[in-house]
Amino acid sequence: MSNIIELKKVNKWFDKFQVLKDIDLEVKTQEKIVICGPSGSGKSTLIRCINRLENHQEGKIVVDNTEISEDTKNIEIIRAEVGMVFQQFNLFPHLSILDNCTLAPIWVKKLPKKKAEELAMENLKRVQIEDQALKFPGQLSGGQQQRAAIARALCMEPKIMLFDEPTSALDPEMIKEVLDVMVDLAKGGMTMIVVTHEMGFAKEVADNMIFMDEGRIVEKAKTKDFFDSPKSDRTKLFLSQIL
Amino acid sequence: MILNILKPNKENLQNYLAIGIFLLLLGFFDIFSNTFLNVNITGFLPSIISYLSPLILGTLGLHFIRIEYSGNKTLDRINNNLNSSNFNAILSLIVIFILLKYVPPTLNWTFFDANFLGSTKEDCTGDGACWVFVKVWFNRFMYGMYPNAEQWRINISFLILFVSIVSIFVLPQKFKKYIILFLLFIFPIIALNLISGGLFGLKWIETGAWGGLSLTFIVSAFALIFCFPIGVFLALGRRSDLPAIKYSSISFIELWRGVPLITVLFMSAVMFPMFLPDGTYMDKLMRVIIAITLFEAAYMAEVVRGGLQALPRGQYDAAKSLGMGYWRMHFLIILPQALKLVIPGIANTFLALVKDTPLIFVVGLLELAGMIGLAKTNPKWLGMATEGYVFAAFVFWVICFAMSRYSQNLEKKLSTER
Repeated sequence: MSNIIELKKVNKWFDKFQVLKDIDLEVKTQEKIVICGPSGSGKSTLIRCINRLENHQEGKIVVDNTEISEDTKNIEIIRAEVGMVFQQFNLFPHLSILDNCTLAPIWVKKLPKKKAEELAMENLKRVQIEDQALKFPGQLSGGQQQRAAIARALCMEPKIMLFDEPTSALDPEMIKEVLDVMVDLAKGGMTMIVVTHEMGFAKEVADNMIFMDEGRIVEKAKTKDFFDSPKSDRTKLFLSQIL
Repeated sequence: MILNILKPNKENLQNYLAIGIFLLLLGFFDIFSNTFLNVNITGFLPSIISYLSPLILGTLGLHFIRIEYSGNKTLDRINNNLNSSNFNAILSLIVIFILLKYVPPTLNWTFFDANFLGSTKEDCTGDGACWVFVKVWFNRFMYGMYPNAEQWRINISFLILFVSIVSIFVLPQKFKKYIILFLLFIFPIIALNLISGGLFGLKWIETGAWGGLSLTFIVSAFALIFCFPIGVFLALGRRSDLPAIKYSSISFIELWRGVPLITVLFMSAVMFPMFLPDGTYMDKLMRVIIAITLFEAAYMAEVVRGGLQALPRGQYDAAKSLGMGYWRMHFLIILPQALKLVIPGIANTFLALVKDTPLIFVVGLLELAGMIGLAKTNPKWLGMATEGYVFAAFVFWVICFAMSRYSQNLEKKLSTER
């Protein structure tokens, strides 16, 4: 299978502080990658570079055969193919859940309203909150909001989904309902890059694990090898602390 | 403290109540006799004590009747709301006394002793306000120097405006859009042509003759409609990543915010025509409306920017991640939320704008307050300034209060928090 995402020697600085150091990464279609690491290690920045919510200063990022750079005129087209789920949900509070889901399909993909609504209901059903469609985000629990955010991203029918610590802002009780939706999504064959500390989830769905520290990819391995026989001491230390 | 000993309890409440109410009544009687009968019943005391005697009597009276819980509903309500401590008792008394002393004379002046009948200043024989002045000049206050025979044109314009605004609220949702578009784009053209004339055999009426309340409305309405979008674009411009747009927005905003409106109006009327090439002409009223619009747009821009800055970055991230470009992101996601946040600030700016319109007198345009200023200098009606400006204050208050209420309703309606 071909690589849908390729990163080569990506470097990024915030002012003088280097957050990403020589990142190399290849992601194949339908591959699931889980990125973990201590806070401040550049995990979030890395996946935010993939849809250019952050810009990188050096190196090459290719998504779906299009290089992402300063002069990519239609970065929006790439973003429409890459769904993203945020730690803080980032639903649009002035719109109902249904409108949150139909807004981008109607205005970006130019879907007719009726079709967009059907698609939205389908995806809301998939994340099991179709009965909340007409409520506003403020009326939902955290877990429901995050599932709505996943549905909103799915409505753009993306080829790739990025998850930026999707369960970190949730109560422990609600983590499971969100992870269930993500497992279901993974089994459906979606290409996924997930930043998370939920190791149970990682063991269940990930093909490859990445461990990052201080802006570098310290270890990249098959999931089984990663947990059973980590090579780097830093990874061992990290795993011993969170497992 | 002796005051603490003199505290009522449930057994001796009756006695304390009698003394307290007596003292309280004495205090009120003192005020009453002072105000209405011109008799000072405490005149035998030194003047400062005599002056404060109602307050002292009242405070003592309220102290005597203060009890935690008496079972008597009226008494408990008074104690809870007006008389929860000595300090609150004094504040309550001061407020009540001020009302007693100043409300009746004001009412007398405005209504009971006022003169409503007649048609000249000499008909005003009572002591109160001479509303005859307002009555006689009412037509001028509304229409300025607009010829009487043509005033139906103004009336029709405002009638159309009124009917379409009402129909926005009455008609079903799907017509709303068209009426709003009509109001924004077609109505101004109709109204302008109707009021200024020159077409279809309507007599041409110079803008210099426009005036009174109708001019207030015309100036405010145009300025309101145009300053809002300009302000929004300036706010977006100020936050732009493109230096050319950013710095031109900043300099525009800071320039207009830094000068007083009155100089702006003066410049627009007196200096601006000098810079126009020979032969071109721009109407004075038009220049004034443009000046006010740009002036208020600068303020609007900063209000809107406040809202933009209050939005979390996640909203931008989410919009971008869904593939929205700059304009879609701003018009679908960012502005609807930011503008909702700053409705109070927008209302503030709009109210200030309406109340700034009288300043156009400096360029010789007389809206409501200006017309009143002119009328009060009429030799037949000297000394009517108070009546005139009270009337102006009342009209402006009604307009501004209506706008303020509307903004509050809008805030409630748009609120989507739980």
